[in-house]
Formats: sequence, structure tokens, C-alpha cells
Amino acid sequence: MARTDLDTPTSVTDLVTPTWEYAPAPQATDVVSIAATNDLFIGGDWVSTRDGSTTATLNPATEEQLATYTVAGPADVDAAVAAARTAFASWSRLRPATRGAHLYRIARIMQERAREFAVLESLDNGKPIRESRDVDVPTAAAHFFYHAGWADKLDWAGLGPGPRPLGVAGQVIPWNFPLLMLAWKIAPALACGNTVVLKPAETTPLTALLFAEVCQQADLPPGVVNIVTGDGDTGAHLVSHDGVDKVAFTGSTAVGKAIARQVAGSDKKVTLELGGKAANIVFDDAAMDQAVEGIVNGIFFNQGHVCCAGSRLLVQENVHEEVVDRLTERLGTLRLGDPLDKNTDIGAINSSDQLGRITDLVAAGEAEGATKWELDCALPTNGFWFRPTVFTGVEQSHTIATDEIFGPVLSVLTFRTPDEAVAKANNTPYGLSAGVWTEKGSRILEMAGRLRAGVVWANTFNRFDPTSPFGGYKESGYGREGGRHGLSAYLKPAA
Amino acid sequence: MARLDVRKTWKLWIGGAFPRSESGRTWEVTAADGSDEVANVSMASRKDTRDAVVAARKAVGPWSGATAYNRGQILYRAAEMLESRRDTFVDEVRFATGATARAAADEVDAAIDRWVHVAGWSDKLAAIDGSANPVAGPYFDFTLPEPTGVVGVLAPQDSALLGLVTVVARAIVTGNTCVVVASAQAPTVAISLAEVLATSDLPAGVVNVLTGFADELGPILASHMDVNAIDLAGAGDDWAALEAAAADNLKRVLRPAATDWGLDPVPAQMLALTESKTVWHPRGM
Repeated sequence: MARTDLDTPTSVTDLVTPTWEYAPAPQATDVVSIAATNDLFIGGDWVSTRDGSTTATLNPATEEQLATYTVAGPADVDAAVAAARTAFASWSRLRPATRGAHLYRIARIMQERAREFAVLESLDNGKPIRESRDVDVPTAAAHFFYHAGWADKLDWAGLGPGPRPLGVAGQVIPWNFPLLMLAWKIAPALACGNTVVLKPAETTPLTALLFAEVCQQADLPPGVVNIVTGDGDTGAHLVSHDGVDKVAFTGSTAVGKAIARQVAGSDKKVTLELGGKAANIVFDDAAMDQAVEGIVNGIFFNQGHVCCAGSRLLVQENVHEEVVDRLTERLGTLRLGDPLDKNTDIGAINSSDQLGRITDLVAAGEAEGATKWELDCALPTNGFWFRPTVFTGVEQSHTIATDEIFGPVLSVLTFRTPDEAVAKANNTPYGLSAGVWTEKGSRILEMAGRLRAGVVWANTFNRFDPTSPFGGYKESGYGREGGRHGLSAYLKPAA
Repeated sequence: MARLDVRKTWKLWIGGAFPRSESGRTWEVTAADGSDEVANVSMASRKDTRDAVVAARKAVGPWSGATAYNRGQILYRAAEMLESRRDTFVDEVRFATGATARAAADEVDAAIDRWVHVAGWSDKLAAIDGSANPVAGPYFDFTLPEPTGVVGVLAPQDSALLGLVTVVARAIVTGNTCVVVASAQAPTVAISLAEVLATSDLPAGVVNVLTGFADELGPILASHMDVNAIDLAGAGDDWAALEAAAADNLKRVLRPAATDWGLDPVPAQMLALTESKTVWHPRGM
């Protein structure tokens, strides 16, 4: 901000607003009990491993062990797929409204136990309780509620009358939205009459295991949902398993490509929701305060661990300085720290591995000549943390402009004309999402039409809704999740 | 003294032009209908394939940017051009397949009707596949199909004209452009079809026709990093390797399937080569 040399306060707010210190506002963690050890959920029961091993999941904010869980081996995956196959026979023939009734129950139980899920998610993932409580858990419950209603309406899903389920779905999900990604995978699969074997991420298995308990409470028939915790090998066993008819994966583009190669030549149906390097485009006529909030939400929501994060900010050149000034001023108010504190904006990085990747990419950004700004704040001594970071002077060829960082790091580039904005935005192998900030409705629609991305947010960012299809173009994957379009990933036309 | 007729040189169709293969290669195609005609057909190479992809990429903007009505009219125009050369195509099909005059005529008629049928989908697919999504917030949220971009097409080997017309039409009706490898059994039919399309107001590069061999050209298209999707209809038994190669840039893959080319394509077959775009547009006073 411009400063004057006058002997007066620089703004009215300096006169009337004292600086408040925040008192700690910790969310109680005793609402959730975490079992010290965890078995696999197969065929409706907790079963110990046949040929797997055990590992621990940490609280990334403290590096303390939360629990141990099972790393499922090939025989465990076999058993889970077999249980899902057995359950498929009756689940797929169940009266559709009854399938829906089970899903409604699940949605309601998730709402009733929402605080438990939110606390557990923040403990295991490191995300602020404000986000797990207000976004992850309610949106996950909404996803079940929405799909429950589809179960007896599939004749109108767009595949013609009498569409059929595919069979057993093998689903592998990431650590950034553990419960929400579970909901995106399981809800449509079950509504369409499939049964599932789901593998949660290595660093965030706990809410999936709590969800298994919800399935029991909802009297879901045994084997309809099976949860096999584990690592990448577990996931590979699952997606390559001969007994799996459908593979659904959310995660990195590299693993997505490996899965696409693995299923090549089979008749498995595949949907992939992979990486992104979204452009968030700010025109000079945008409502600036709103745009700045949107930029912050676009890249610092969930510590930037978001595949559709607005990680490339494209600012019209004549407002670049204004936007960057306002942005860094706004970032100065972000509170980084205890994820369980209700005032926390920026939580912990999910793992030391991820922290290492972010650190390396930021070092590359500096080495390649971009100008780094970072939030001036203290970091907790334990746990994995990264300061919100903004790079200006970024060139399209810089690593931080091309590679997905998956952390709280924003790269700022500029453009002069709408054509240049489109060309720069589309200059990536990814195509998951994009943002447009302008007060002009016709420009929103024209930009939306020209951006090669599956989701375009105008004057907002990172919004998700079960009715709204989500998924990528190009190397961000294929298939959609949510809405009527998402159902076709789990159905085939009548014979 | 009898007039010596002028024979046609069978070339490729790339970017609206009819070049020979840069490789200089041809192969001899003999008549299946018992005549002693022989055609020396261009045998497309890796370089030809790459040139065709460049031409197809260049055409994506104009073709996908055309109105759906305009695309529908141009595809209908292809039916008109084909109808006007109906007798020629009957001879072409007989040369390639040895079919009876009656069967060849039926195939040509079906191919003409196929163009008309698919042309009519151009301005209707968005209405049946698009959606307004009732999100819980102040947004008008909608989803529409968009073309995926450049499609590599391996035309079915067993259907000289009708199969070829179907795989090309279903790829381009939504605004995609394509590079099609013609059936090695019927390359001359494909080049004659290119001549029809060349006079149908189709922008240069929207369709590019390569005559040659799917086992040579298929892997080039499948692994090409500037191709967005691949239709493996004519890939033969080794299609798994092509699908695996397509994973390098996560191409959309249409796996080969037992297909009755006599049936019109269903929307799902056209939509398989599109992307769904969701837009969140703000509402407010």
C-alpha cells in the first residue's frame, strides 16, 4: 500500500482498530475415540490381515502416532474383492428404493456424527478444523444424500431404460480430502448397484475406518463396502485384480497413467481424477476484494493440497501491483498453526514426504529467478509446516509454473489481453479447473468456453456440489464425478 | 481408335491437400471384383502421420468454434456430394470388396443416409447431454459437452465405406478433428471419400485421410502427444498395446467392439469423444 509521509495515521482503520490477539480456541478431541490398532473391513466384519503388515499413521501437526493400521496384502485384497463379488449378487438386485434407503441412512449418520468425523479428519490429515467441519464432512454427507435419491431413478440417468451396474469397483483415493473423496467414490457406486473395495491413502486411513462403522450402523449388507487400508502396493493389487470390473482413482497423474497402462486391453471401465495446474485469471474490472478472497481460497484452502487449486494466478498487467499488494496484505492476516484450533486458517502439511516435495519445488522457483514472498509467521516446532508463499515474476517456463506443487505456493504471472490469458491458461498438459474474475457476464462465458478445463469457476473458486459434475480434460484424467454425468461411470446400458 | 482413359493417382489427404506419401512408398491394390484394374496406393509413413496431426490440430479452433448449425450443414453437404457421385462409389466399393452391384449400392445408400443422420446430431447432443446443475449456492451451474480435440481413428477393416463414414462422422460431428487410417482392404474408397469431403466446405484439416497399415500407423497415433483421443475400431487383435501407449498422455480410448455398422451410432458413441465442461456462473443483483 502507498504510504504518505504525513504526520498522521495512514488510514482510519489504524485509528479505530486495535490489534487483537487471538485466544486459543481448541476443538475438543475427546469426541472421537481412536482404536490403537485397526483391522481390515471385509465382508461386514473387522478381520485381521492374511498376508499384510502393520504400520502407523501420524498426526502431521505433532508427528505423534495416532494409531496403527493394516497394510493389506494380496490375499487381503483377494478376500475383499471376493466379499464384494458375493455381495454384488444381492445388492444389485435389491429393490432400488431400498438401496437408496441405506444411502439415506448413511448420509444421516454422517451428519449426526459429523463432529467426530471432522476432528478425526483434522487429526489424521492436518487440515484446519474449520475446513473439515464446514466443508469436508458436510459435503461428504451431501454426496450420500444426493446419490441416495438416484438409486430408484436410474432409468433417467441418460443411459436409456434399465441400465445395469458394472459389478465390483476398486477405488483408490488420496490423502487431501480423505472422507470427501471416499464419498465421491462410494456414493455413486452403491446408488448404481455396484459393490466396492476402497483403499484409503497411506497417511489418512482413519476416517475411512470410521466410515466402515457407519456402514454397520446403517445395516448395509456385508460386503457391499469393503475397506482395505494399505500402501501403493495394496492399491496396485486392487486396480489390477481380475475380479474388479471398474477402477476409480483420484491421485497423481503419474499413478493415473500407470493405472491406464495396467488396465489396457481389459474390459475394465476406468475413471481417473488426477493432477492440475489451474489458472486463476483476474481481469482489471474484477471486484478486487472479492477476487483477493478468491485467490486466497483458490490456493491456500487445505494448504494447497487440492488437485484443482488455483496455483497459477494470471493477473491483467495493469492491476498486477494492486492485486499483489492486496493479496500479501490479506495473507498477513492468515493464522497458521494447530489444525484443531477453530481460528486456524493454515494447518499442517500432510506428510514429511509432501513437505519435502514442496520445499524442493520452492527452491527451484527461487533458483530459476522468480521473486519469493512468504508469510512472516512462527512455525510450530513439531510437525510438518510450510509458510504460505507467493512467487511473482514467474515465467511460463519456470518449474513452479508447470509442475503441480500441491502445497501453499502461488505463482503469479501476467497477461495483457483475453487472448493472451487463454493461451497462457491452456499452456499446460493439465486441464482440471480454472477461475475467471470479471464483472462482465459475457466475458465469463466466452472465457469459460475457451478454457480447456473441466470446471470453470467464475468469481469464485474451489466450490464443490454433489449435483455438479467434476473432472478433467487432457492429463487431468477422464470421467466425471457428481451430477448425472457421474453416474455413467458406474453404469452400463441395458443388455 | 478407342480413347485412352485418364487414371487417378491415389494420394493421401492432409490439411486439405492431396500429397503423395513423403516416403515415396506405394503398394499395389488389385481389384476384388474380378477386373484387371490395379491401383498404386500411397503408403503413409510416420512423417505423413505427424503432418496430418499438425493439420488436424490447426483445424480444431475453426471447426470447434463453428456453430453447431454450421457443422450440421457442412456434414449434410457431404451427403449431397456423396449422393451426386453415387455410381462412382458403387464401383469403388465393388473394386475394394467384390460385392455385388446390389450390395454395393445398398452400402453407398446407407453411407449417404449415415451422413444425414449424424449431421442432425450436431445441434442436439448438447441438449440431451448438457445439464443445469441445482447447486446449493448463488450460481447458475451448467455442464455442456465440448470436443476433446484431435482424434486418431483406425477405420474398421471390414466395412469399406459405411464403417469409415461412421467412425469419421461420429468423431467430427461434435467439433473434433481427426486423422483417419483407412482400411487397408479399401484404401481407394477412403480417398474417394476424401474427394467428397474436400468439396463439402469442410475446413482444411478437419478430416485427414491416410492410406496405409494400421499396424504401422496405429502405434504412431496412439503414442502421439498431441492427439487427444483414439478410436481403435480397426486396430485388430493387438489393440491392448495401443491402449497402453495412449496412456502416455491419457488419451481417451474407444476400445474396439463388435459393431454392426448398419446401425446408426448412439449418442454415447459420439459423446465418448467429448469432454464435459462445468461452469459456475455467479448470480446476484
